[in-house]
Amino acid sequence: MSTAKVNQARFAEDAIRELGWWKAHRFLLLRRATQLTVLALFAIGPLLGLWLLKGNLSSSLLLDTIPMADPLVTLQLLTAGHVPEASLLIGAAIIGLFYALMGGRVFCSWVCPVNMVTDLAAYLRRRFALPRTPELPRQLRYFMLALVLLLPVVTGIAAWEWLNPVPVLYRAVLFGAGAGLGLLVAIFLADLLIVERLWCSHLCPSGALFALLGKLSPVKMTAVNAKDCNNCMDCFVVCPERQVLKPALKGANPMITDSDCTQCGRCIDVCAKGVFQYKNRFTFQDNPLQKSPRIAKKAENEQ
Amino acid sequence: MMTRQQSKTQGINRRQFLATTARLSCAVALAGGGIATVAKSQPLGPQAIRPPGALAEQDFLSACVRCGLCVEACPYDTLKLARWFEQAPTGTPWFEARKVPCEMCDDIPCIKACPSGALEQALTDIDQAKMGIAVLIDEKNCLNFKGLRCDVCYRVCPLIDNAITLERSRNERSGHHAMFIPVVNPDTCTGCGKCEHACVLDEAAIKVLPPHIAMGKTADHDTYFNTESTTLEMLNKGFEL
Repeated sequence: MSTAKVNQARFAEDAIRELGWWKAHRFLLLRRATQLTVLALFAIGPLLGLWLLKGNLSSSLLLDTIPMADPLVTLQLLTAGHVPEASLLIGAAIIGLFYALMGGRVFCSWVCPVNMVTDLAAYLRRRFALPRTPELPRQLRYFMLALVLLLPVVTGIAAWEWLNPVPVLYRAVLFGAGAGLGLLVAIFLADLLIVERLWCSHLCPSGALFALLGKLSPVKMTAVNAKDCNNCMDCFVVCPERQVLKPALKGANPMITDSDCTQCGRCIDVCAKGVFQYKNRFTFQDNPLQKSPRIAKKAENEQ
Repeated sequence: MMTRQQSKTQGINRRQFLATTARLSCAVALAGGGIATVAKSQPLGPQAIRPPGALAEQDFLSACVRCGLCVEACPYDTLKLARWFEQAPTGTPWFEARKVPCEMCDDIPCIKACPSGALEQALTDIDQAKMGIAVLIDEKNCLNFKGLRCDVCYRVCPLIDNAITLERSRNERSGHHAMFIPVVNPDTCTGCGKCEHACVLDEAAIKVLPPHIAMGKTADHDTYFNTESTTLEMLNKGFEL
């Protein structure tokens, strides 16, 4: 009990002392800013009549010309046997391409509003040192993704859109709050009391699809200074997908290649040693100065 | 106690993989049953009207992405996205004619805004819309049936004398007055709901219902839908009607 308390009191203390409070929270604050900005860009339409963005994250129109659409809902329509208008397909392609380039789960940490709810639950868990609960298998989300794409085949309707919490939250804000917000309370409580990071890291099919989209993304979180790591474990405490950290810190390749990584940048924030950085996959690997002996060893093993 | 040899492969072995996969499949299949039940158990309410050009309900639910672009395109705030426990499936566009009817814009902006084809782009003439069909559902309370001249539904109809006509008949009760009975022509009624909205009664005597409720249907083997013009000769010779 006391160790938990001590650990929690010391969380990210070094980083805050070394970097200052602002710098030790910069990516957290930037992410909140982008999440709220995207929401605000949609909301100023109906509220103030400033129509920069119309619609919601399911499908929208930027400046009355550029269509954007959620790839998951578009795939659901296709598996339901409906061929949508070209604008929806183009919109889904634009969004799909964007996240394929920027890193798939960048959506989860930088845009998705549900992330704020689940991060709050994770913060409270940490703050009150709630006990770790048995881990669920994280590949559950890929089964959820398969389910979401199969249900339209069976039922003939885009069934997941009844429950998808992302549009539920957006619709609640843009088109008037509804009982659907109860769903977000349920997600919050489940994250807080049942399984740590239950929704975003185990169940969400949108996150699963974006993870697949981001497999080949050039932007990767990278433990460039892994040699400086002093095992303070702050990044493990704060990372929503902590299984992706160990291979980068202790393995052969310092780049986090696991597409589960949401590229939220909190590991950069909380690390006093500056271990992590956003890196471009190509330039990073091409730079001979960055090649650590571990990479050379891995290359040897692969031959 | 650890007598079993550790797997040399990284991660999990085949047995673990199969067990996990089976377990997860069962859990997810159960969840899927739940989601499908929720989705299927929320039919469109009998007075919930879809925007013009909407596909048949089942097709609509496979096409609509619930983005709200049609709602934002509607200049009269007629359309809204359904919240939970409202008359339409969550997040889909609908309107209540009694509250705000469709104003039947010539350029139909809601259809133009729809990215998914849930509202058919092929509908370009709003007078051809089939959002629903008005039905004079309560002859007991309708003022015209009481021998009064209300006619509000007739006069607000955008297709006056076409979708709603006033049929004059003798008022048997007074013996020397006329009754002006509103009659809806289901072939031309667009279901905009202006008649229902304007009805002066506390509860409208004329209501817009979705076509599948408002309309009957003859049996498939009955080809003689127009009996008045059907002649004995046609029946005997089996002419196409």
